[in-house]
Amino acid sequence: MSAATIRAHRREADPAAQPWTGPKRPYDLVKEFVVALVVVSILTVVLAALFSSPDDKQLTLAQWAKAAPNDFVATAATELDGTSGSATYGAPYTHDKSAAQKIGPLAPQNWLGVTIPIDSAQDFVLRPLQGAAVAPDLQAALKQWTAASADQQQKWATAYDTALTAVPDTDPAKIAAGDYGPVPVMMTQLLALAQSGGLDGALLAQGRFYQTDYTKPLLFLADGTYLEDLARAQHLGGDQWGMMNETGNYPGQAWLWLYTFWYQVKPFSTSGNADALVWSVMALLSLVFVLVPFIPGVRSIPKLIPIHRLIWRNYYRDVEGRGA
Amino acid sequence: MRFAFLPLSPINLDHPGRYVHWGVIQISVANLVLILLMVLLFAAAILLPFPGTRRRK
Amino acid sequence: MPEPPEDTSAAQEETGGWTGWVRRRALRSFPPEQLLPDKQPIYVASWIYVFGVATIAAFIVVLASGGLLALRGPAWWHGSGVGHYVNSLHLWSVEIFMAFMVIHLWGKFFMAAWRGKRALTWITGAVSFLASIGTAFTGYLTQQNLASQWVSTQAKDGLNSVGIGAYFNVLDFGQMLMWHIVLLPLGVGILVVAHVLLVRRHGVVPPFPPKDTHDPDSAVAQGAVQA
Repeated sequence: MSAATIRAHRREADPAAQPWTGPKRPYDLVKEFVVALVVVSILTVVLAALFSSPDDKQLTLAQWAKAAPNDFVATAATELDGTSGSATYGAPYTHDKSAAQKIGPLAPQNWLGVTIPIDSAQDFVLRPLQGAAVAPDLQAALKQWTAASADQQQKWATAYDTALTAVPDTDPAKIAAGDYGPVPVMMTQLLALAQSGGLDGALLAQGRFYQTDYTKPLLFLADGTYLEDLARAQHLGGDQWGMMNETGNYPGQAWLWLYTFWYQVKPFSTSGNADALVWSVMALLSLVFVLVPFIPGVRSIPKLIPIHRLIWRNYYRDVEGRGA
Repeated sequence: MRFAFLPLSPINLDHPGRYVHWGVIQISVANLVLILLMVLLFAAAILLPFPGTRRRK
Repeated sequence: MPEPPEDTSAAQEETGGWTGWVRRRALRSFPPEQLLPDKQPIYVASWIYVFGVATIAAFIVVLASGGLLALRGPAWWHGSGVGHYVNSLHLWSVEIFMAFMVIHLWGKFFMAAWRGKRALTWITGAVSFLASIGTAFTGYLTQQNLASQWVSTQAKDGLNSVGIGAYFNVLDFGQMLMWHIVLLPLGVGILVVAHVLLVRRHGVVPPFPPKDTHDPDSAVAQGAVQA
């Protein structure tokens, strides 16, 4: 039996698979397409002219350092002592396997390893400072730092960070006296470098000329709270259904409603593994969505909610209830 | 909040967004209007007569 | 002058090499009258049926407006009124594209359009939807404004948590831009072409079987699918 014959037999068993032998009506597909193209084009041109599009200005490290210097220094201190979000992230940035989010016993975050290595102290503080070490007090501070043991460096950095966190608005000028070594000078100089715009360039360039990868400046920016404050003011926060939203009064990404929904409810909203759990749920639901034709119950919903009776009402009127 | 150069569009949507709260649901007015329009369009598509369909008496 | 020998049917199967084989397969799968029919079954008579083609039309406007943005590069729209307007065309055509696609999806779901061996049509449509979401996502990442900075630093957590972020780095503007303008539109385009060819191949799904037929000899009833 040929494949075509087998297919023909299968179609006989499934009436909906048989070619339509009933009456047809003229239907101009090309005209329909052209009309659709014209209508959509006009609609787009009009909407774009009426409403324009949002473009909230990018936030440079310089602007951050000028608008919120205390937040900047506090963030830099956490990068130096290795307690920032980036420093404690785990894969793909750092080697701490225990930092990974889990789905039950599984930690897929670790499966592909560290592919974007980040050394927060070196990348965000030391290397930029070394590249801009003009001022004599900075040169001396860096010399003191590099001459010290790793243990001593960690002690200074942690002490500074702890003391700074104890200050109500993390204002470095109000920090209690203590043994911080060269750290206070390094922080002041890093702030000055940032405010001058030099840190934007240094973090992006990474010693190269051409660059298209903003990983390091973005990670540093996101480790602070200033970017988040700006975002939350626009309802873009994760617990504000932010994934769906756009700045201002523009429509956003309504199609992300189910992705963001899970983050608003327990157990996801209070879980440290929220991302891994939500994305697993959505991967499963996406699979269900793609495989609807094969899923009993779901594939019967159209029969139970007979909207099709409205869509095909003319056809049903012609075929059904034609009295003798 | 700083804004990039904007052309003069008649309806300026760059004001702080308006949001509707209903229990755990928070939705922007813009998104809500868009979704309601889609539902209306769906209903209209199903209910409005299509050209060429003869009405039987 | 002697006549050239006629091709026997057996010989015809052999002629033309790979090209001939592809041509015969294509014509067999999609005879021209089936690829571009000027008639449809009588039940194709509802405005809901226009949302598939309307989605494709919107996709073309998305591609065209994106192409215009590409002419002057990714930073153009921040400093130019014309550029900003082109960006607005791109944003609103995307909103229209997604809206029409979802309305099309609602219609097809309630018609159970996967019936009659049309599962692959549903599958290609569903995957196109998911791929479109991904394409839009990379678009938001590559705006190079405050929204991009926030979206990328947030999205990285979701993708990193399941390991994808190790090779799909949303903080890498260059990578995201190339996914947005090359790889993902190509993927969506291929899926849409496959989807439409499947519809042409299997025909528009017929209605659910009618409740009863008092006039079984009617032409409509003859064509109707019986329970």
